[in-house]
This record gives sequence, C-alpha cells and structure tokens, in this order.
Amino acid sequence: MPNFIDRRLNPKDRSLGNRQRFLKRVHDELKRAISDRVKSDKIADVDAAHGVPVPKRGADEPSFRPSTASGERQYVLPGNESFSAGDRIGKPDSGGGQGGGRGPGQGEGEDDFLFVLSRDEVLDLFFEDLELPDMVKLNLKETVIYKLHRVGFTTLGTPSNINVGRTMRNSFGRRIALHRPSGREYQAVTDEIAALEAEPDLSAVQRRRLAALRIELEALERRRKRIAYVDPVDVRFNRFERQPLPNANAVMFCLMDVSASMGEREKDLAKRFFVLLHLFLKRRYERIEIVFIRHTDEAREVDEETFFFSKQSGGTVVSTALEEMKRIVLDRYPSDIWNIYAAQASDGDNATGDSERCAKLLRDEVMKLCQYYAYVEIIDERESEIFGSTDNGTALWRAYRIVDGAISNFQMTRIARPADIYPVFRKLFARHKAVQPGR
Amino acid sequence: MARDAKLLFESSEWNFATLSRAYEAIEEIAVGEMGLDVYPNQIEIISSEQMLDAYSSIGMPLMYQHWSFGKRFAAESHLYRKGHRGLAYELVINSNPCITYLMEENTMPMQALVTAHAAFGHNHFFKNNYLFRQWTDAGAILGYMDFAKKYIAKCEERHGIAAVEEILDSAHALMDQGVFHYRRPPRLSPAKVTERARERLEYEEQVYSDLWRTLPATTGSADIAEAEREALERKKALHLPEENLLYFLEKHSLILEPWQREILRIVRVIAQYFYPQGQTKVMNEGCATFVHYTIINRLFDQGRMSEGAMLELLASHANVVFQPGFDDPRFSGLNPYALGFAMMQDIERICMMPTSEDRDWFPTIAGNGDWMGTLIDAWENHRDESFILQYLSPALIRKFRLFHLSDRARDRFCEVASIHDERGYSAVRAALARNYDPGANRPDIQVVDVDLLGDRRLRLQHLVKNGILLEEKQRDATLAHIRRLWGYGLSLKGIDAATGAKLYECSSDDAGG
Repeated sequence: MPNFIDRRLNPKDRSLGNRQRFLKRVHDELKRAISDRVKSDKIADVDAAHGVPVPKRGADEPSFRPSTASGERQYVLPGNESFSAGDRIGKPDSGGGQGGGRGPGQGEGEDDFLFVLSRDEVLDLFFEDLELPDMVKLNLKETVIYKLHRVGFTTLGTPSNINVGRTMRNSFGRRIALHRPSGREYQAVTDEIAALEAEPDLSAVQRRRLAALRIELEALERRRKRIAYVDPVDVRFNRFERQPLPNANAVMFCLMDVSASMGEREKDLAKRFFVLLHLFLKRRYERIEIVFIRHTDEAREVDEETFFFSKQSGGTVVSTALEEMKRIVLDRYPSDIWNIYAAQASDGDNATGDSERCAKLLRDEVMKLCQYYAYVEIIDERESEIFGSTDNGTALWRAYRIVDGAISNFQMTRIARPADIYPVFRKLFARHKAVQPGR
Repeated sequence: MARDAKLLFESSEWNFATLSRAYEAIEEIAVGEMGLDVYPNQIEIISSEQMLDAYSSIGMPLMYQHWSFGKRFAAESHLYRKGHRGLAYELVINSNPCITYLMEENTMPMQALVTAHAAFGHNHFFKNNYLFRQWTDAGAILGYMDFAKKYIAKCEERHGIAAVEEILDSAHALMDQGVFHYRRPPRLSPAKVTERARERLEYEEQVYSDLWRTLPATTGSADIAEAEREALERKKALHLPEENLLYFLEKHSLILEPWQREILRIVRVIAQYFYPQGQTKVMNEGCATFVHYTIINRLFDQGRMSEGAMLELLASHANVVFQPGFDDPRFSGLNPYALGFAMMQDIERICMMPTSEDRDWFPTIAGNGDWMGTLIDAWENHRDESFILQYLSPALIRKFRLFHLSDRARDRFCEVASIHDERGYSAVRAALARNYDPGANRPDIQVVDVDLLGDRRLRLQHLVKNGILLEEKQRDATLAHIRRLWGYGLSLKGIDAATGAKLYECSSDDAGG
C-alpha cells in the first residue's frame, strides 16, 4: 500500500525567494526597461503589470558549451523519404544544422525572454529614482479603500450581528408550519381547567371534560417543549461585505510649455512628474480623466502622443494655457462634480508682462476651481546650484511666488533631477494624512 | 453488471479511494505478473503551480535558493500561461521511498496511467539499473538535499546572500565539469605500494647498463629531466590529470574558506546525482512507457477498465510516443519515449516472433520466449549508448527510416553517410549509439598541471574531439568563474584529440592576484 499525500494545501509561492533573487540580479536591466516604458507609455499605463524582456546578458549562466560553428558532427534522424547514401544536402544560409533537426547539438534559443512584473514590482522600480519616503510608496500602491456594507443575511455570524426581525419571522413561520401551540391556545386550556377545578362539585360531564382537558394540556405542553420557540435554524445574522469605497471623479490637467527651449530631458522630467501625480490621484479616485494642454504662444488641448512627442515652434505665452484650462473646466468639468488637479511644467520662459497676468488669473480664477495646482520649473543641474531655493529666478517664478504665499493648495518647485520631484507632493500627502487619521 | 463491478473506476473524477484501488490493481500486475522490483512508493498530489516549482528547481522537492531557479520559474510559467507548453502529468524522484508527484488536474484514467508509468516503470528502473545503483544513493538523497538547503540558508545568514550567490554562480557554471565519469581508482594498500617499489627496482636493475655512465653528462638535459621528474611527482601528488574541476577546486584551491568548499561539494553531489539520468533518458522513458502500456492493456483485458478510459489512455499514449520526421515542423530531435518504447516492443517481438533477420542479428535472444526476462536484464545492465548498440534492430531502423547525416561545419552541405539499407544498418546504429554517449559529446576539460609551490598557475586542457571547439564568449565567462574559485592565474589549452596539435590557448590572469 503506497503512501498517498495531498500536497495541494502546502503553502504556495515556494519559489518567491528565488524570484526576488532573480529580480535583484537583473535589477539594472529591468530598471532600464521600466524607464524606457515611462518614456514611451501612456501616463495612465505606467503602473500596469508589465512584460519586460530580460536580455540574456543580465541573467546569463555560462558554462563550457560546444560551439556550433566548428567541427564535425554526426546526426541520426528519422523520417528519411528520399535520400540514399552519399547524397548531399545544402545547408540553410545561417550555417546551422539541417531542416529543423539539430539533433543533440540543439542551440539555446532563449536570447531574450519575457519576464512579467507585477504592478508592485513595476512601481518599486519606478519609485527608486524618485526617492519617495516609504510611507508614500505604500499609500500609492494601495489602490482601493474598502468599507463594510450590509448585504443580505447569513446563517453564520457573531451574536452582535443577529438580525432579530428576520430571526423572529423565520421562527414564526416554522412555528405555524409545525403547529406549535400558541400561547393563547395554551392559556385557554389552562383557564378552563382552573375554572372547572374552582367549581365545588362537578357533574359527570364536567368531570369527563376536565380529564380530557388535562390530557390535552399535557399534549400541548409536550408539543411546546419539542418545538422550540426560537430554533438555531431560525437565526439570521446581518451579512457584511467589503466594498471598495465609491470615489468621486477627478480630472488632471497637464500643462506644458512645448516651445523649442523644452528639450528631451525637460520633457522626460515633466513626464515623470505627471506620472507621479497620476498615480497619486489614481489611488484616491476611481475615475480620472487626463487633459493635456500644451502651449507656445497659443494653447491647445491635444492627445498624449502629441503632447509629449510632437514639436511646435513659436513664442511662449503661459497665460494662454491657463485660459484654455479655465475654458475646458467651465465647459466640461464643473467643479462641484469633479476634483480638479492641475500640473504645469515649464522652463520658466514667458513673454514679457505675461507672468503677472498668469499670477492674477491663477489667484482670482483658476485656483478657485482647483483642488491642487502644482508648478514645476525644470532647470539645469548647474542652475539649480545657483538658484537654490531663493526667490530669484525667471519672471514667471517670481510672479508665482506671490500666488504660492497666498494660496495653500498651490505648490511650486524647481526640479533638475528626478529626485527633486517628490517635494512637490509633500504638502498634498500631509493633508491627505490628516484626512485619514484611522490608518 | 458483473463486468461493471470489476471496474476500478467509472468516472473521470478521481478521489483517494479510487487512486488506491487502481494502485493495488496496478501493483498486482507490475510486481506479481511482470516481476518488477520497486522501492516503496510515496504518491503525492500537487497543483500546477507546485509542478512549475518543481520544474524550476530541477525536479527536486527540496532545493536551496538561487536566482537561476527564479529565472527558470519565470520562463516556464510564462510559457505555461501563454499556452505554449503544457505541464508534465507526473514527476518522479529517484529516492527511497520513491516519490511520485501526480498533477491534480489529471483525470482518473490518467492517474492510473501515470501511476503505472512513474511509480512502477521509472521506479523499477531507478532501483535496478546499474548506473543508478553505482552512482546514486536513493536512500540518502532527500536527507542530503535537506541538509544542503539548510546549510546554504545558514551560509546566507552568516556571510550574506551576495557572497553565497557568487560561489553558487561559479559552481553552477562548472556543474557539467563537476562529475566523476569513471570510478576513482581504488586507493593502493601499503602492501601493494611496496610491491610496486620492488617491481620498479627490479626493472631498473634489468635495464641497467654500465655504458651509460661513461657518457659525458650534459648539464642542460639533466635540468630538464629533473624538472620533468618534479612535474611528474607534483602531478601524482595532486592526482592529476583531474576531470572533475569542481572536485579539484574544492580540494586544492588555496583561497576558499571551508563553507565555500562545502557549497562546491553540494553542487558537485547534485550534479553527480543527475549524472545517470542524462545517460539513460531513452531507456528510462522507454522502460516507463513500456510498463504503463503493458499494464493498462492488461487491466483492460481483465475487464477492470472501461473502453472509454482505455481510449483516452491510448490517445494520450499515442501522443507521448509520437515521432515526427526530420522535416516536420514539429520535429525536435528523436523522441526518447518513442525510441525507447519502440525498441522495447521490438525486443518483445524478437523474443516471441523472430524473423530470420532477427535470428542473424540477435542470435542470443531471438525466439527465447522470455521477453520479460530479456527486458529486465536489458534495463538492469545497459545505458542508452550500449542499449542502442546492442538492441537496435534493422526492422526498427526501417520503421523509423533512420539515416545518418554527417555535418562538417566548414562545408556548405551535409552528407548522408548511410540509410536504412543492408550496408547502412550497422553504421546507423553505431552513429546513433555514439550520439547517446555523453562522454563523447561533452567537452573534455581537465586539470593537467599546477605548481602549488611556484606560480600556482592552473593549467587546463581541452581535448578537442572532431574539431568541435567551445563557444568563445561562454568559455571566457566560465574561465572567469574558475578564476574566481581558484584565485590565481589559469590557462586553457585546446589540444586536438586525433593529432595532438595545439588548436588554441587562452589564459585569464589579467586581473592580477
């Protein structure tokens, strides 16, 4: 008799440790792949689970292997239809073996293999450069907040969740169905017996009646004992189910200066900034729409592709973008229904005199509509040392400083490196923590 | 009704009751009628994810952790999820008790088939084949793997994951060179040593000629002779040449710490454990397939299996032993199941109904009437190479339409050397057998010399057979791994096996000390 063992219930993910070791091994390759993705993918897709091709060099396992390009080999193959000894068969151009059959010398065909990363793993890699505090990472990764909702009834539960009405209704139905003597019936018989017993002398009819009543009472009592008033089968509990919290809608405006001064590096940084904002919003809102507005000396709403990749020449008038945003908000996203977030990326260039106009627009109109407005000025690493965090800077920067002082949900910063992006969000997260003290 | 009552199972759903009923019926046939000799069985039911797990850790139930297993798991599960590749129905481990994994998705008829296949076919082969008996210790392997896993985990704790990973990486690169292919010569006993010394003296006395003394001594040649003698002495002390590089590094590397040596040893032991499996693929699978085929037919004849179940199993069996021709897009080499099974069926035929051709080719077994005895003997005493060389019959060569193709890398064509005709049978058979000889196909790399008291340079020699060189990138990367374990300079010399000419030489000491 063999020993049968059911292993299906053994803990899963036995190879998780191996997977983590492998991820660490090919870390650099994966990171390059992910940052390529961030450049080429849509903002909303960055945190999806990704199939990442892992080049062989990252995870190579060398060994002494015979090279296919040298020497003499003998194969024995099946299925000869037409050859006779001495025939010569031309080789395909690759110089490899013949037909599909390489016999024992079969080469390893897995140059790149696709490695699927989970959402968490993608985000870990994405966050690495941004130097986010761990708390924030956790907040971003956790997408859904659950709340318990009443849904129906269940036969199992804790006493505190008993649904009395439903339980009693079941009990009542069962009592009727099984003919449990009601209290009134029982009372009537006892009353009659008491009345008869109270009589000083009983006629023969009455005496017979009393005997019959006593028997009936006994039967009733037995029946009441056997059929419980509330039986365990009647008991119902309220059932709760975790349901994701219905979130309001949010719209995110991405504003960017696309004039010639915004190069590849500037756009990449801006994109990372937009991605991070989107990730954050995604955590809080079920549905997010993204509106892309690019501007030179005039602003236009465009799709993502055009936003990041196509070039346009012209001057720079920032206020046009704000005007355009205001128009779109009033037109499509009424601020009582939508949470409006805006992020503006620019290198700080602006037409003379326009910066003040921007500040005024922001303070008096746009900020009244927005939940949050972030302005990032993308500067050179060299410049960042000069400017530091002083008030000095471009006209746009100086104008926005005034807005920054006056309005609390306005954020501005200069970024030169990916690591600079996070501070822009710090205030937002701080506020968020206050909203949810329960965590 | 009477017939139905005898059925082992009726539906395709399985449960543990039907599993053990089927097991007993199979055991009755396998042990009682066929005379198989097996380790006690332990049958475990696993899910597909656990099967993938087992795949990635080279089929061992216990394995230490290493990134390469994670890589394999990712690749396998990707193929599986995309539907490019199915999973095996079973996995069997050469241990005592013999552990067989059955997939939970299998239908009941399939469970019966794989029980016969693995728990009796493979099990019998593991227990009786001479290679397994000689090279593996089925009783100890699980205990050893448990030790290995814990030991490596402990090393990771103490020395850091990165340090352990480095050693494992290097050891894995040399896994193929970490196997003893031949028994080590037995240690000479002191009695034999003195006997040797006496013989040597006698020989010297016999060839002594006083004339030599009168020749003027040339100092140079004396030095050379002295150097040669020293080298010989040195090699003898280190048991050189040595083909097992991992063993050599474990024993003689000057820079390794004890725990690092132990890790090399673990990798080496595992490589050695799998050494027989590589040499008996055709026989092992053939044996298991033949056993399951015989058993399910017998069960059907006994009326213990329904026609529906039988049809399902025959379809599955036909898939397993399917052999597409070389020009078929599905072709990926000779299918060991198909070849092994066909050869064993052929042996049965030769024993029972030989043709005159068989009588010429197999005078010892043709018509002996004892097919089971003949097979059991073959399973016990052969490996793929010798089995094919011994038993591949002309009839089978014709059936598979085998042909022998000779491929010289520098030519623009391949030449058909022989086909399935009277002149070709022997050549085809010999060529096929050679292809299954891992010794002939594995790069032969040995440690030939090292001067531990001098420059400590490790000299490796690659005996190049048939002009087949090594892939250069891989070779250099592997040499870097050897260097890491050895710690001093090293060089690899390629010597042509036929002519003795030097084909290439490369060294790795640029990194300094």
